[in-house]
Amino acid sequence: MTTIDTHVGAEAKASSSSFIGAVGQWVTSSDHKKIGRLFIGWSLIHAIEVAVLAAIFGFERMSPQGLEIITGDSALQLSWYARHLMGLGLLAPLFLGLAIAIVPLQVGARAIALPRLAQFSLWSWLFGSGLVLVSVIGNGGPGGGNGDMVDLFLMGAALVATGLIAGSVSVATTVMTARAPGMAMDMVPPFSWSALVGSVTTILSLPVAIGTFIYLYVDHTHAQVAFGSNKDIEKWMGWVYGQPQTFIFIVMALGVLAEIAPVTARVRQPLRPVVLIGLALASSGVLGAVTQSNHVLNLDGSNSDKLSSTLPFLLFNGLPLLGVLVSVAVALLALKEGTPRVSASFAFAVLGALMILAGVAGSFVQHIESANLINTSFGEAVTMYLVFGAVLSALGGLTHWAPKLWGVVLDDKKVLGLAGLGVIGTVLSSLPLYIAGFSKQPAFALFGFDYDGPVALWNLLAGAGAAIVALVVIAFVGLLLQAVKAGASASDDPWDAQTLEWSVSSPAPTNNFAALATVNSSEPLLDAKPSQGVSA
Amino acid sequence: MSLALPAAPQQSSRRQLLVSTALVAAAAAMLMAGMLAMWMKFRAGAPTRESSDGLKIIKDWMPKNITIPEVAANTMFATFPFAAMMAQWAVYSAKRRDSGHRSLALVITFGLGIAIINAQIAIYLQMEMGIADGAFQTMFYAITGTMMFLVIAGMAFSAVAFFRSVGGRDDDQQLISAHALYWYFLTAAFTAMWFFVYVQK
Repeated sequence: MTTIDTHVGAEAKASSSSFIGAVGQWVTSSDHKKIGRLFIGWSLIHAIEVAVLAAIFGFERMSPQGLEIITGDSALQLSWYARHLMGLGLLAPLFLGLAIAIVPLQVGARAIALPRLAQFSLWSWLFGSGLVLVSVIGNGGPGGGNGDMVDLFLMGAALVATGLIAGSVSVATTVMTARAPGMAMDMVPPFSWSALVGSVTTILSLPVAIGTFIYLYVDHTHAQVAFGSNKDIEKWMGWVYGQPQTFIFIVMALGVLAEIAPVTARVRQPLRPVVLIGLALASSGVLGAVTQSNHVLNLDGSNSDKLSSTLPFLLFNGLPLLGVLVSVAVALLALKEGTPRVSASFAFAVLGALMILAGVAGSFVQHIESANLINTSFGEAVTMYLVFGAVLSALGGLTHWAPKLWGVVLDDKKVLGLAGLGVIGTVLSSLPLYIAGFSKQPAFALFGFDYDGPVALWNLLAGAGAAIVALVVIAFVGLLLQAVKAGASASDDPWDAQTLEWSVSSPAPTNNFAALATVNSSEPLLDAKPSQGVSA
Repeated sequence: MSLALPAAPQQSSRRQLLVSTALVAAAAAMLMAGMLAMWMKFRAGAPTRESSDGLKIIKDWMPKNITIPEVAANTMFATFPFAAMMAQWAVYSAKRRDSGHRSLALVITFGLGIAIINAQIAIYLQMEMGIADGAFQTMFYAITGTMMFLVIAGMAFSAVAFFRSVGGRDDDQQLISAHALYWYFLTAAFTAMWFFVYVQK
């Protein structure tokens, strides 16, 4: 038998008395937990930015003429910046960071595969994000007035995508090659499985986006004949920031729920392979994304026309919906089988997953042509449901893994309150835009539209909802900082969990495991517990 | 807290480098596939006209005054499989711990990479077209430039493998195999690009 020394690497907390030394340690560290935490930290800052921008957009649209908070071309630029942040600045890096931090621990690896690549991933993404921000400030981005800054936006976006691909290679390689001895692929924990699926689909889809950015950059810098001028480039890159590309980034949010549900219910996950299949199906949207076109259902014309419209529609919109439904429903089956307890992490994860389900179902409806919802605020609401739902799930994941990441357990009651507030904010920021979509309110347009209906009410509610989400994220970060400041207090396995990361100390030591153990089931830690207090 | 789990036996190699190279090659393949798809989309959308004898429909995608030097393009097309073959020779030699032939194969692969870059530069010089002259020209430079970037990455891989080889790293089989895999990918990617950009135009 191998005894897992849970306090290896304690010396690695070595003192770096000077501030510069500490910064240097963080900047040059190839410890996957530090890289993951940096990804998570910056993504949460972007989450606040996104929610604040969405709130401003909502308030701006209360009057058809606009409240003149944002004027002129800056409206188009800011709406594109918000869209960029939602996909490549928030969703993808937030979950990539969680995966980089947690997956090696879950699969029983001493380190992440290709740690320097993971480090490159962070800095490439962060530098690219900085370039995008500078370009928008300098009147760039799609629709910008400064051509050089538009070029800078394209370069920054390509760097961001490169960073995300590099991190995904690192995570996918870890799951495929660094699993503990005996851990077959079907024994991989659900979150690590979702990280593998999400990483592989990112590796397959974002390079197509980089190809688009290269064409746009070369053309925009030199000729502006193939893809047009500053304002025209938006139609070529819209698919990168819309559905179904976004579905790829939310697969890990579903993985968080699948991970937390059986722990909360204190039961081995029933129908576990079905959960893994559901997560894989949810990522099938990658096929639709890289084709760069809307696959709408149009039942006009001959039977052959109907068939050629229905099949791609079901493949690119129906399969992801089925995947999300299956993974959420089967994960929740654990509650029926076990004896669930109230936990803040589960509340965040399940409410987030339900918001995601509302978004994916909305995307399905939006792509039915006779519903006439394309290019309306209905599509914008789909994005808000997906983005804010995924943020809630991520907060659930952070609450769950806080002991391993920071050595702290967050106050359950306070986090539960935030989960409730978060779901209210998400529904308020999205549902009114669903309704406004039926009245033909255009997507992401801030002024210059009008329709019969309570324009001010719908947009006020949407703005208020986004503001609530911003407050929830700020409050969560505040709680986390407060707990970290108070010092490490978490026990090694505070949730009586089932997977390998809970066999090491809290926070997880630098080299993760002193010795590798053999894994014989999907719940190795449960097997090792003397009490086995969990239903089989 | 300590938890007792069954001890693990000595771990065998999990081919980390080979798997990650395969993933990077898959990403690069999607990059080229996406760019080729966009090329074909523009080509398909180009205006058409009848030929002077009225027998053919001509697509006005590549401007009439542009000629692609096919000798250089075909030479590149033939060079890629040779480079992949040399990379595979390095794998063969590495398995036999034949460091001399392994290093020779790697340096030839690198040299063929230089030949490919040279041919591409020759194509640019002979075509004498400005990057800002039109959609075809811009996209031609973008897609061939991206391919050359991937070739330079392959040459960097060859250089690293070569220096490790001459440095006496006889246990580098996985690195040499990953290097060969990348050159196989380059060969496949260029073959697709050669057909759509240089042959079909």
